Amino acid sequence: MKELSLHVYDLMENSIAANAKDVSLTIRDSLKDNDYHFTIQDNGKGMTPEFMAKVTDPYTTTRTTRKVGLGLPLIKMNSENCGGGMKLSSEVGVGTTLEFWFQHDHWDRPPMGDLEGTIVMLVSQHEDIHFVYKHITDKGEYVFDTDEIKEALDGMSMNDLSIISYLKEMIRENLDEIGANE
Amino acid sequence: MTKVKSLADLKAMREKLQSTLDVREKAENPESLVQIKVAMATCGIAAGAKQVMEHMMNKASELGIAAVFTQTGCMGYCHAEPTLEVRVPGKDPIVFGHVDNNRADEILTKYVQNGELVEGIIPVNYETIDK
Repeated sequence: MKELSLHVYDLMENSIAANAKDVSLTIRDSLKDNDYHFTIQDNGKGMTPEFMAKVTDPYTTTRTTRKVGLGLPLIKMNSENCGGGMKLSSEVGVGTTLEFWFQHDHWDRPPMGDLEGTIVMLVSQHEDIHFVYKHITDKGEYVFDTDEIKEALDGMSMNDLSIISYLKEMIRENLDEIGANE
Repeated sequence: MTKVKSLADLKAMREKLQSTLDVREKAENPESLVQIKVAMATCGIAAGAKQVMEHMMNKASELGIAAVFTQTGCMGYCHAEPTLEVRVPGKDPIVFGHVDNNRADEILTKYVQNGELVEGIIPVNYETIDK
């Protein structure tokens, strides 16, 4: 993956595939601590310890169309190559928490890319899921909660081109204010 | 236009939008619209499916094509990502592979609007043998 936001997209799709109702993404983006830290938490069906032990093996997958599953192996490789790492914890019936982090100033760390586009695409495609996205920087934090958005939209679908562009703009403005992704 | 920054701004925009057309109608009868499914698994995302989908959504509205965009999992054509399935009302769905922005434009202007086929079709049979 060329951008961190694409990893985020891909890995959050895992939560959705695990039938999660609540998915949260927390990004800690600190130049002071030289840390780019991502946490994705869901209340999906979780994984057994046996499955979790082999989940970063590229030949482990739950999809049925083919035998290769690269989402987790790719993020493991990418974060470890950038002075970071990956941690996974999960319990069947409770949910899964995935953390991965990068050294902020590492040469090989991919750029964040289109984060607001990713978030908006995810929420507009899965309107029945409750997403909470929190971005914390040295200057402050921003929280994007789909329950609040739904309330503001009052029954109007998020999967509409103008709504999508408003939501993107809203996230971008707020991220700029807290100096995210500088 | 003022920028949307807070939930209150969003609410104001929504009120403005509601007076304009199609948002509601779209959700009510998806069968009569062009349905475009974009394969969005690890393979698709890595190949740029998200960017193609965004481009296509904008282009479709520019051309005035009433289309519903949805994302789907891996369709099994990882070698040909980004792939998407286009279902024009009354026709069988067609799967296109290696779709970049140019191909996406072609699909909309040639296939969806004029019914001409464009390159990159992946032959798929949805019918079972006993049919």
